Amino acid sequence: MQITVNGEARTVTEGQSVASLLADLGIQPERVAVEVNLTIVERVAYPDTSLRNGDRVEVIGFLGGGDAGRSDDHEG
Amino acid sequence: MKDDRLTIAGIEFRSRLWVGTGKYKDFVETQKAIEASGADMVTVAVRRVNITDRKSENLLDYLDPKVYKILPNTAGCYTVEEALRYARLGRAAGVSDMVKLEVIGDEKTLFPDTAGLLEAAKILVKEGFIVFPYTNDDPIVAKRLVDVGCPAVMPLAAPIGSGLGIRNPYNLKILMEAVNVPVIVDAGVGTASDAALAMEYGADAVLMNTAIAGAKEPLLMAEAMKYAVWAGRLASKAGRIPRKLYATASSPIEGML
Repeated sequence: MQITVNGEARTVTEGQSVASLLADLGIQPERVAVEVNLTIVERVAYPDTSLRNGDRVEVIGFLGGGDAGRSDDHEG
Repeated sequence: MKDDRLTIAGIEFRSRLWVGTGKYKDFVETQKAIEASGADMVTVAVRRVNITDRKSENLLDYLDPKVYKILPNTAGCYTVEEALRYARLGRAAGVSDMVKLEVIGDEKTLFPDTAGLLEAAKILVKEGFIVFPYTNDDPIVAKRLVDVGCPAVMPLAAPIGSGLGIRNPYNLKILMEAVNVPVIVDAGVGTASDAALAMEYGADAVLMNTAIAGAKEPLLMAEAMKYAVWAGRLASKAGRIPRKLYATASSPIEGML
């Protein structure tokens, strides 16, 4: 099935869990937040949250930043 | 002055210099500059993780959340909804309820949209966030932010990244008298004397990013800022002498030939 992860299309197996998607992406779950269709998934629920066709997934973490405008070149 | 620690919402800060983590050459420079600054409160942007390059490093590998207090910000958010989304994601990705709340009103000045800021602050406080609002040097807005539950306010000294220093010291002073919570001067500092002045005026802390990261020698500037904030704090506690137009001799007349 087809999902979108951070704006990019990705084919994953039917019913793949959030935990397994992160493992496939090589991402440590304790350093990120995951949003599926604009709803935040709690970290403890990653293994039990199955993805569905068409889901829009965002994997969010921390980057260098102070204060920024729309583009990353106005910080601080 | 060893016990002169800043405490906000039960959180104790070792340093009154808070720093951003943007604009550095790489994570090593970020780490070294922050170490040189002595800051223990560091603000970070909430952004998409790079999923295409698995080798891409994580900022938190360089800034241990056990050593530093990580303050996610909503930088780049122009609406209340966006700011709420980023704040919630930052909390979910991080380790605390703190958020540096920014609702930006205009791309050219990056001035805060204070109406949006108040609305977002109110909602986030209700959700249990410790909200540090990036605001204008407007005492009335600062009071409103305190009214909705912000445990501190962060007025700008000048536009973000401008390095103009404190553009309106009188407003800042009025603001500091108007609110009964810590005031952290955020944005606009250009060099060490600006930071010292902010502290001398009575700020409880200063937050900066570009002034350090954009200096020719960021590590040196980080150290300079550490001392500037410290010196300004000490001077503020000590109390400056009144300004007078004419001289007052400091050596005794007695004993002269």
